Amino acid sequence: MLELKNVCKTFYAGTVNERVALNDVSLTLSDGDVVTIIGGNGAGKSTLLNMVSGTLPVDAGQVLIDGVDITNYPEHKRAKFLGRVFQDPMTGTAASMGIDENLALALRRGKHRGLGWGITKKERAEFSKRLEEFGLGLESRITAKVGLLSGGQRQVLTLLMATLKKPKLLLLDEHTAALDPKTAKIVLEATDKIIREDNLTAMMITHNMHDAITYGNRLIMMMDGRIIYDVAGEEKKSLTVPDLLKKFEEYSGGSFANDRMMLSK
Amino acid sequence: MDFLISMFNSLPGVAAEGLFYGIFALGVYITYKILDVADLTVDASIVTGCAVTTICILYGVNSLVAVFIAFLAGMIAGALTGFFHTFLKIPAILAGILSQFSLYTINMIIMGMQSYLDTTGTTKALIPMSPTAYASVSKFSLIVSSRDKISAMVVGFVFVIAIIALLYWFFGTEFGCSLRATGANPKMARAQGINTNFATVFGLMFSNGFVALAGGLLAQYTGGSNITFGAGAIVIGLASVVIGEVLCSAFFKKGANFAVRLTFVVVGSLIYSLIKRFVINVGLDTNFLKLISAVIVAIFLSAPNFKNSFVRKGTKKGA
Repeated sequence: MLELKNVCKTFYAGTVNERVALNDVSLTLSDGDVVTIIGGNGAGKSTLLNMVSGTLPVDAGQVLIDGVDITNYPEHKRAKFLGRVFQDPMTGTAASMGIDENLALALRRGKHRGLGWGITKKERAEFSKRLEEFGLGLESRITAKVGLLSGGQRQVLTLLMATLKKPKLLLLDEHTAALDPKTAKIVLEATDKIIREDNLTAMMITHNMHDAITYGNRLIMMMDGRIIYDVAGEEKKSLTVPDLLKKFEEYSGGSFANDRMMLSK
Repeated sequence: MDFLISMFNSLPGVAAEGLFYGIFALGVYITYKILDVADLTVDASIVTGCAVTTICILYGVNSLVAVFIAFLAGMIAGALTGFFHTFLKIPAILAGILSQFSLYTINMIIMGMQSYLDTTGTTKALIPMSPTAYASVSKFSLIVSSRDKISAMVVGFVFVIAIIALLYWFFGTEFGCSLRATGANPKMARAQGINTNFATVFGLMFSNGFVALAGGLLAQYTGGSNITFGAGAIVIGLASVVIGEVLCSAFFKKGANFAVRLTFVVVGSLIYSLIKRFVINVGLDTNFLKLISAVIVAIFLSAPNFKNSFVRKGTKKGA
């Protein structure tokens, strides 16, 4: 369903700060694949997702969704196919607008926005029902400004916004990294539930190797702008954290002791 | 006592002018508060509105139609800023300054390419690039005029109500919500499929349309168009917006409905006009107004920050 063909991206090309973020990356996802992506800082994980979402243009290569070449689609046009949750809880929602208004915006993703009402009573009732499933009490304050919510609540809301209209592909860019462990767990479980119930295809970046193993049916490890390890099915299920650490060491020549990866086994 | 009587007598004029500038301030509100862009185009697009209306009327166009033509001209002015900002990726402030600069010439062309009429209605030779090029419309039938301040006030009031209703409706629509989302969080807006460039350009057009419409009414009210008329208008607009906002949050502590907030922008403008009239009646040179306006805007813009830092200090002491 998603195809990346020989995608390259270099930042600050031609300067002393030149950094190759993606080096000839090719990747194919099938319908229903849930891929966890791990790798050290600067490995190219976020850039990979940004290439898919169109936040940044590719230097070379192609991005296809369901056979449609979207390489030259601007970000807002690609949004039709994608649901996105970001690392920073502030990024995914509009703080000065109501919970209901944010959801109404998300409901219209990929649709023409005309002069009909931006939100209807019926939709508001529907949003309440959907919010109730998360048990955060958001359903009772549906017209409250999103700026009043906690980081965790905002991430859950963003998650619901990303999946309210079923996306072809859900992109999760370390969406629990900015939360405390307890909240992170709640958000992650909510994510897992939605992915299962709606049978979504997803890519999830995480720094937590345990989560990377637990969730999804496929795991990708990145280093220096390349995919160095790609494992799925039974082999993925039987992975352990020490296995992953060993893999890392194998590819990096044993020199990643300082990496953030170590901190979140 | 004489002073009070003269203040009282000037109230209809103050109200009329305040309402016209209120429309202008509503235009500023769209960019400054909703789109989160400080758009300096307004200094020139208000003159575009004046010039277009004046020329239309001199050519015999109905004075109400002339105001709507001014609205369209203002939208074009806004599109220019939008083009600079989104397509050429020039920062918003600079984009506004650039189109303000270009519009000066264009406004001069609108006013100067035609022969203009002075107050007696006799045709005079064209003086190209004259900073005081002034075309009078006082001998035509107008929807508002300073000759009848009460009816000018009523017309201003009707326009304000209609525009607030229009804005209230528009920003509740799907398209209007996409503009609000663009101003609130452009990253999120794009992730939800909103073309933020288009939204920004449209917002700038819409805003400058109302600015030019206000210019059109002011041209009729003051009897003509003057190239220097718009200098520093943005500050008057911002003053109205911030005064209105502070008052609104004082009256409605739990946050107010959008229509109420828009109404308070016009209230801010009325208060500003009153202050202006006060300064004039007290006998101060009107040139003092700019300094006074700047001080007012600075105080109202910084007040929330000061309030917060005082509160913080207070709690520290208490702890």
